[in-house]
Amino acid sequence: MCAEPIPQTRVTRRHAIELFLGGGVLASLASFLYPVLRFLVPPPVIDLGGDEVVAAKVGDLKPNSGEIFRFGSRPGLLILESDGTYRALSATCTHLGCTVQYRADLRQIWCPCHNGIYDLSGRNVSGPPPRPLDAFDVHLRGEEIVVSRKQEA
Amino acid sequence: MFAALYRWLDDRLHLDGLIEPFRHKTVPTHRLSYWYFFGGITLFLFMVQVFTGILLLLYYRPSANEAFESVQYIMTRVQFGWLIRSIHSWSANLMIFTAFVHMFSVLFLKAYRKPREMTWVSGMLLLFLVMGFGFSGYLLPWNKLAFFATTVGTQMAGQVPIIGQPMMVFLRGGPQVTGATLTRFYGFHVAVLPMLVTVLIAIHLFLVQRQGMSVPPKVEKAWAANPSLRREMKFFPNFLLRELMAWYVAIATLGALAALFPWNLGVKAEPFASAPAGIKPEWYFLFMYQTLKLIPSKVWIVDGEVLGILGCSLAGLFWVLLPFFESDKPARTRTWITGLGIFALVFMIVMSVYGYVAQ
Amino acid sequence: MVMLRNKVRGFAAPRSAVLAGLVALAACLGYGQAVNSCVDCHSTMPDPLGVSSDKFSQDIHAQKGLTCTSCHGGDASSYDPTVAMGSKAGFKGKIDRRKIPDLCGSCHSNPNLMRQYDPSLRTDQLAEYHTSVHGKRLVAGDAKVAVCIDCHSVHDIRPPSDPRSTVNPVNVATTCSRCHADANYMKQYGIPTDQFAKYNTSVHHDALAVRGDLSAPTCTTCHGNHGAVPPGVDKVQNVCANCHVFQAQMYAKSTHSKVFQDKGLPGCVVCHTNHGIHMPSDAMLSTGPSGVCMRCHAPGDHCDRARASILANLTQLDSTIKQADDALRLAESSGMEVSEARLSQDQARDALTKARVTIHSFQAALVDQDIQVGMKIAAANLKAGKDAMVERNHRRIGLGLCFVAIAFMLAGLWLYIKKLES
Repeated sequence: MCAEPIPQTRVTRRHAIELFLGGGVLASLASFLYPVLRFLVPPPVIDLGGDEVVAAKVGDLKPNSGEIFRFGSRPGLLILESDGTYRALSATCTHLGCTVQYRADLRQIWCPCHNGIYDLSGRNVSGPPPRPLDAFDVHLRGEEIVVSRKQEA
Repeated sequence: MFAALYRWLDDRLHLDGLIEPFRHKTVPTHRLSYWYFFGGITLFLFMVQVFTGILLLLYYRPSANEAFESVQYIMTRVQFGWLIRSIHSWSANLMIFTAFVHMFSVLFLKAYRKPREMTWVSGMLLLFLVMGFGFSGYLLPWNKLAFFATTVGTQMAGQVPIIGQPMMVFLRGGPQVTGATLTRFYGFHVAVLPMLVTVLIAIHLFLVQRQGMSVPPKVEKAWAANPSLRREMKFFPNFLLRELMAWYVAIATLGALAALFPWNLGVKAEPFASAPAGIKPEWYFLFMYQTLKLIPSKVWIVDGEVLGILGCSLAGLFWVLLPFFESDKPARTRTWITGLGIFALVFMIVMSVYGYVAQ
Repeated sequence: MVMLRNKVRGFAAPRSAVLAGLVALAACLGYGQAVNSCVDCHSTMPDPLGVSSDKFSQDIHAQKGLTCTSCHGGDASSYDPTVAMGSKAGFKGKIDRRKIPDLCGSCHSNPNLMRQYDPSLRTDQLAEYHTSVHGKRLVAGDAKVAVCIDCHSVHDIRPPSDPRSTVNPVNVATTCSRCHADANYMKQYGIPTDQFAKYNTSVHHDALAVRGDLSAPTCTTCHGNHGAVPPGVDKVQNVCANCHVFQAQMYAKSTHSKVFQDKGLPGCVVCHTNHGIHMPSDAMLSTGPSGVCMRCHAPGDHCDRARASILANLTQLDSTIKQADDALRLAESSGMEVSEARLSQDQARDALTKARVTIHSFQAALVDQDIQVGMKIAAANLKAGKDAMVERNHRRIGLGLCFVAIAFMLAGLWLYIKKLES
């Protein structure tokens, strides 16, 4: 071996190329495949948010009462009237953005911040609110009360 | 081991016959050879698009109610979702950029001359389709900017005389941009356009393989005068390995862009909200958009917008047919085409910058 | 095209001539607008006596068909001054200030009459006016006080809903200030004249004039309009409670309510002042110059300790929210997706607002409940912001590793190509 120095350098050079190429192919493919494989694993939270939410279960609300639920990132207000009809509206007051509530004594929606009052269809009846509350669609799906944004006409 | 596997396959499929033409294929080597890489890089970015696009399909939901949320879900909840989506967006933009570079390099190197007219035409059609990919894909996250950019873009299509209005309704899936437009654009983006592009890429590549690489007239002349200057490189593996290096550089660029500047999502589109100020299309439509804006609303008795759209369409058509205006003889190429190319390039850059800066 | 246009004009010309003739004929016959000798003369007169038909046509009364003679009497059909403004025609001339409320009231206090114009219009303005300081002084013989026309203007009276009306919510304060901010005019009454200047610096003025919130209070919201009097020292909280419901409920149950009542202190006004009410800040709870508690309380006592604890809690929540805002903004500017935490910041801010309202119970424990709700949300958001930055760093490390792999590959390819071509 010592007598033939030239082949030895050729061997080490070929080793170097094989190391770089082989290592490079394996490492780069690993770094491309790892994120892809992780991407394929379904995340634990399936809920997308979106324009539909289960606000409550049938029987959660007493007649003539209201309840705040989360609708996306904003609060919504679900009301069960005495006659058994459900209504759902945005719970964000159109005046300064406080959260409104259902007043069983008035049978109206009331904002405590500046005494604004809306009727059950969301119209601003008295006080500071400049605009009606957005009303949502409500329908029953089995035992679930599903609230969804009003569909575009 | 690879050799054994290859031999096994070769016995059954006669792979050598397939690879044979590639072994003889050569790439001319000269100081402008670098431009030969851009077509390959565009092809690679397209493959990245197909791959990441399929991955995004696993989670994307094409409806007005869920599209934005599903992209948000991909960006926040799915592991490495941000990476896949950002790479898809960045790669789309880079692909359009490299496609333009490829187109102009072919133009300036006069590679579109006989016998390569059909290669040029198929390439131009591919460029249009790729821009169609950009336009349809931009709407899919259903955010505010995309919504209004699409409204404006389809409105412009509606300005074309006679066929404009039906075309706009066809694109929008109704008189307005709604959820129906989203599902339509989704269909174009994931089914119609990929199919057309795949067929055209096959034709484009077949033509390139069949005809070999073009040599610029100036280099050709120099070689003809002094044949000892002629240099060539084997396509396989010499050129292909270099191309592979370019691809690796491209993917490193994509990774860096995606990790350092993740593509942002914006806010969800609300069809009834008023348009935000300064709505602009994506950068690759900006030069056209700005040109249309500069045309006065009334030119003589013709509506300015109609004139602008017709003008753009005619310019596009002329560009597609450009090789047919070129001389057959390599020694007598038309300099006015090169001049026109320089003018077009400067015009596009100036208009894009102007459009970017203008309010 | 030009030819065509000329033809059209050719047809139109004779038609408009016929129309003009008809209008002239109608005018001669006295058809349509009746002759009004009052305006014909008075429109050319200088100001105190000058009333143009332009001005009067803006008046709601003119629009409802009333004329000069409805208030002033006389005969508008005669151009002879002795007839038109003669006593036979019942001419009243300039109405004496002291008689103006009764004159207006002759219609406006008559429900049967007013119903024909606007059934929802109230008819108790005159009765209310008699209960007001203005009304009482007028009866006592003081002609300087405000009568109907001082606020509602005269000859161009517009309904209050008209933004140009002097009694539109936006203009009320200016209208009152014409007398009440005039130190000379008000000298004999011995009341301050700085209310308008103070009000203009207040949060209510800001809401009304700057933000255009027409529900925000102006002078008449607290003092009444026709029955204008100061609300009364011990009743001021009832007035504020019209809008600030929760604050009033909590205050009513608090120890302050009873003590202030006993001492004859004016409720809300003790801390918030009256006309120049500024946006309340947490500094009102401090011991600094804007602090209000220590004006009565002694340092170190039970209440001072509660004050200090409430202030510390509020400051902590406020600063946590700000920190979370900063962290989220930083994460967002580095391209991280933190919109969920950004939205939930609103809930933290809501909790802070609620805690600030709960101060009016003057119970540290109650305020603390709201603070804790807010703290939980704000702390989670702060963590989300910081986590996003950690995640960003992870991404950069991942990118770095990927770069190493790619660099290896490029080096290998380059060496291989060199070897092939050597």
